[in-house]
Amino acid sequence: MRTAEHTAEVAVEAPKGRGRAAVLAGGLVVTLAMLALVAMASVAFGARSMSFPTVIDAFVAPDGSSDHTVILQLRVPRTFLGIGVGAALGLAGALMQSLTRNPMADPGLLGVNQGAALGVTLALGLFGLSDPAVYVWFAFGGAALASVVVYALASAGRSGSSPVRLALAGVALGMVCTAVASAILRMDTQAFDRMRFWLTGSLAGQTAGTLARLAPFMVAGLALGLLLARPLNMLALGDDAGRALGVAVNRTRLLTGVAVTLLCGAATAAAGPLWFVGLIVPHAVRAVVGPDQRWVLPYSALAAPVLLLGADVVGRVIARPGEVQVGIVWAVIGAPIFILLARRRRVAAL
Amino acid sequence: MTIRLGPWSVRLAPRALVVGLALVVVACGVTVAAISTGEFTVPVPDVVSALFGQGTPVAELIVSKLRAPRVVTGLLVGAAFGLSGAIFQSLTRNPLGSPDFIGFTAGASTGGILAVVAGGSAMTIAGGALTGCVVTAALVYAMAFRGGVQGYRLVLVGIGANALLLAVNSYLLTRANINDAATAGAWLTGSLSGRGWDHAIPVALALAVLLPVCAFLSRPMRMIEMGDDSARAMGIRVEVVRAVAIAAGVLLSGVATAAAGPVVFVALAAPQLARRLTRSPGVTMGASALMGAVLLTAADLAAQRVLAPTQLPVGVLTAAIGGTYLTLLLRKDRH
Repeated sequence: MRTAEHTAEVAVEAPKGRGRAAVLAGGLVVTLAMLALVAMASVAFGARSMSFPTVIDAFVAPDGSSDHTVILQLRVPRTFLGIGVGAALGLAGALMQSLTRNPMADPGLLGVNQGAALGVTLALGLFGLSDPAVYVWFAFGGAALASVVVYALASAGRSGSSPVRLALAGVALGMVCTAVASAILRMDTQAFDRMRFWLTGSLAGQTAGTLARLAPFMVAGLALGLLLARPLNMLALGDDAGRALGVAVNRTRLLTGVAVTLLCGAATAAAGPLWFVGLIVPHAVRAVVGPDQRWVLPYSALAAPVLLLGADVVGRVIARPGEVQVGIVWAVIGAPIFILLARRRRVAAL
Repeated sequence: MTIRLGPWSVRLAPRALVVGLALVVVACGVTVAAISTGEFTVPVPDVVSALFGQGTPVAELIVSKLRAPRVVTGLLVGAAFGLSGAIFQSLTRNPLGSPDFIGFTAGASTGGILAVVAGGSAMTIAGGALTGCVVTAALVYAMAFRGGVQGYRLVLVGIGANALLLAVNSYLLTRANINDAATAGAWLTGSLSGRGWDHAIPVALALAVLLPVCAFLSRPMRMIEMGDDSARAMGIRVEVVRAVAIAAGVLLSGVATAAAGPVVFVALAAPQLARRLTRSPGVTMGASALMGAVLLTAADLAAQRVLAPTQLPVGVLTAAIGGTYLTLLLRKDRH
């Protein structure tokens, strides 16, 4: 049915293909502009309120005052971290949904983020490794192991990898990882205290150092993921059709797995096991731009940080002088949108 | 295999019977182990005499005031979760349609936390949990309703509601004062420790009423699984059956959450485990209830003993045991 829809769409779109591409490219630029706007808001607003001239002075003529230090040392790294984490999770979700041809695929739902979180818990809680450049490898290990196990489980049966099996395997594995992590934390109160905020998903409290150490992994994952758009497009028609079109099926799967692992591992190491970003953003994007991965992937990677960073800014402003973690705000904003999407249309075809 | 008695006949699957009996045996074994072992070991004969009020005072205190209510609550709560999971998985035709995944349990938690913050007693917390569960179920159902409820849409809407409610719960916890947060946190991890007979009795009453209802529902629900139209053609009043089933499922998960807190995963795993053990084509009520009871009590026993003296909340163990077992079964799954 998907094939029929796809063909129909191509047939309808073909005459005005070039115009549509121009519109979509324009949309991408608009999204980028929105990201820039949100990033500026993220630098300007926070628990401490400052005037705009102060914010601008911090960049033009930093005088070492506490306001300027807050901006340069806390808010700017946090903003970049939010952009990186959002882009990573949005793209990871889009890649997973495309690879598994499963609209329910999400790094949080399929246990990949929980695997990464278990890795970080082991590193921080059990071995006391606190350098992000070190514990990110534990996150990668956990994420990679979780994705391999879930994928193997889901495709083991005779019928291959059905959406429900995949989701069931992911939820089961995610639950096991979370349970083991919380058992570890329960034995060690100090570790629990260190990781409490990280576990609900928070962008706060990470320094420029963390950012610098995690950024290379995120950038590598983003680049690799975006390059996979064309082979993934061809695989959307099924493995056999993809092979006939000249796609190296197994290599594409493997590379997608590597990209997802890099993205989810780095994002989870930075901001905790954030749920839902990778599920909802690609859904919304597909509803707007259609099934072509060459548009879905970059749009997901740009739209997700707009929303995530926006949620972070809202969380900083609504509960002054304290703040609400981005994981909470994100769910409160994202869940109703998701419910609306689920109500409005049959799950948008991949 | 069909047993006929005059005008009545019952179809029995031998494998399901054997599995059911095995589960009962395991449940009895776990119960005995949980009552007789621990920091103070009570030999099995003394357990029996203590239960009938003939034992030493110490044995009587430990057995009938501390351990027996805990195990019985575990059995009942597990059965209720398993049954409610079976109902919703059958209705949505989806293993992810279980109450702990589509927001009902999270809604019960929200109700419970609000009751704690309002300074409620144990009874108020239970009432809050039940109310939260019913309200959430009504909202999810209403939001998923669009000229009828489709299983897949109900699951998706429920997942959204679940995420929202979990966020609300963590927000409430960060806002509450530290004492309330600690009380609510202890209840939220889902625990059977310190459960007395007054926790067990409401669940027992609910099960006594709802088990027969579920037994009656199980056949028409299996027909509905084949599609509304075929069920209607067989003379089933689809809407009535569905409404009663939803009411029963919501009440069961609400009462169970009120008694033991939101224990994750039993409602999701028990029906799936039972289904694969009995090799039945769909989820079955009786086996799911038994499986839930075994899963929860075994997990509680392990939670008390594995890392002793550290006591883990039972939810951690249900997730670990149920998840691992389900993973293993999925691997061998030939469907």
